Amino acid sequence: MNINATLLGQMITFGLLVLFTMKYVWPPLVQAMAERQKRIADGFAAAEKGKRELQLAEKRSTDMLRDAKEKEVSDEAKAHAKAEAERILASARGDIDQEIIRAREELRGRVADLVVAAAGRILEKEIDAKAHAKLLEGVVKQL
Amino acid sequence: MAETGSSATDYIRHHLTNLSVGEGFWTFHLDTLAFSFVLGMVILALFRTAARRATSDVPGPIQNFVEILVDFVDTQVKDTFHGRSELIAPLALTIFVWVFLMNFMDLIPVDLLPWAAKKAGVHYLRVVPTTDVNATFAMSLTVFALIIFYSLKIKGPLGFAKEMTLSPFPKWYFIPVNLVLKLVEELAKPVSLALRLFGNLYAGELIFILIALLPWYLQFLLGWPWAVFHILIITLQAFIFMVLTIVYLSMAHEDHA
Repeated sequence: MNINATLLGQMITFGLLVLFTMKYVWPPLVQAMAERQKRIADGFAAAEKGKRELQLAEKRSTDMLRDAKEKEVSDEAKAHAKAEAERILASARGDIDQEIIRAREELRGRVADLVVAAAGRILEKEIDAKAHAKLLEGVVKQL
Repeated sequence: MAETGSSATDYIRHHLTNLSVGEGFWTFHLDTLAFSFVLGMVILALFRTAARRATSDVPGPIQNFVEILVDFVDTQVKDTFHGRSELIAPLALTIFVWVFLMNFMDLIPVDLLPWAAKKAGVHYLRVVPTTDVNATFAMSLTVFALIIFYSLKIKGPLGFAKEMTLSPFPKWYFIPVNLVLKLVEELAKPVSLALRLFGNLYAGELIFILIALLPWYLQFLLGWPWAVFHILIITLQAFIFMVLTIVYLSMAHEDHA
């Protein structure tokens, strides 16, 4: 284990190794690593931004959907109400018509009686209601 | 396992002898040089592949792996060093990976590569470069040179001289004391760096060699736990060397004057 010229040879090898590493190995690797680091950081930032935008878009779309639904519901209700109103109106008209017909029938009956009574009084003698019913009915129909 | 006919001492000594050429100071440990160089090339190939295909898109498996290392080292550097430097982080990365790989050679069975080398006609082979003080001092002295360089560059020669002479006791008559203290402090850095790594790995390897002297049916009882524990040691030592390098260099960057 004596010091000798091997030392010099080893120093030369060592020096060359260090120089080579310094010139051709370290810089490209460190640069590549720095670039990758930047790209990863950019990627994360972009992902974060995308996520925020997605959230925003989602919120906007739910809002729009809700508004549209509300509008649709109100339109439907309006149409429904209109139809209902028409139906009620129609049935009311039918009722009125029926009422008119019934009233007219009743009136007819009463007028027939009145006519018979009035005619009886005018002639001052009993009219055989049965004998003249056919005649009277014809009169009443003409009312 | 020891060769038949040779004693345990010879076996250990054989394992601790480098394959070397040359005389005196101009001796070269070919095994240390070769293994550390080949491991360095492995690192370069791996790193270069990752760097050439570096993309900020989805990384491939190689890039991913290297990026984990880069990120790990970068975190360590940023925690300790607050200036701007194009050198410190790549230096720390190189140290960590290179030292780790050199240490890792310790986990290859101690006899395997020397045995293969012997078949190829090479009689001595030490496979763990960090068990050679030359390898560890080569790194720590380079780091030391960088410490001195940055101290002079950031603080200026005058500022550096001031720091060496006027701290920790800021009085002129303490200058000699300060100088001695600071010299010891500075010199302790490369020495401790190199010897800590060397000592840990040398001891680790020696224990593997001693375990290899046991009968083959007992070796796993000690070899397996020691190898598992050693995974921690080799990583820890690479990490310590790297962190201390960062700390020393950031200290060199701090201007106290």
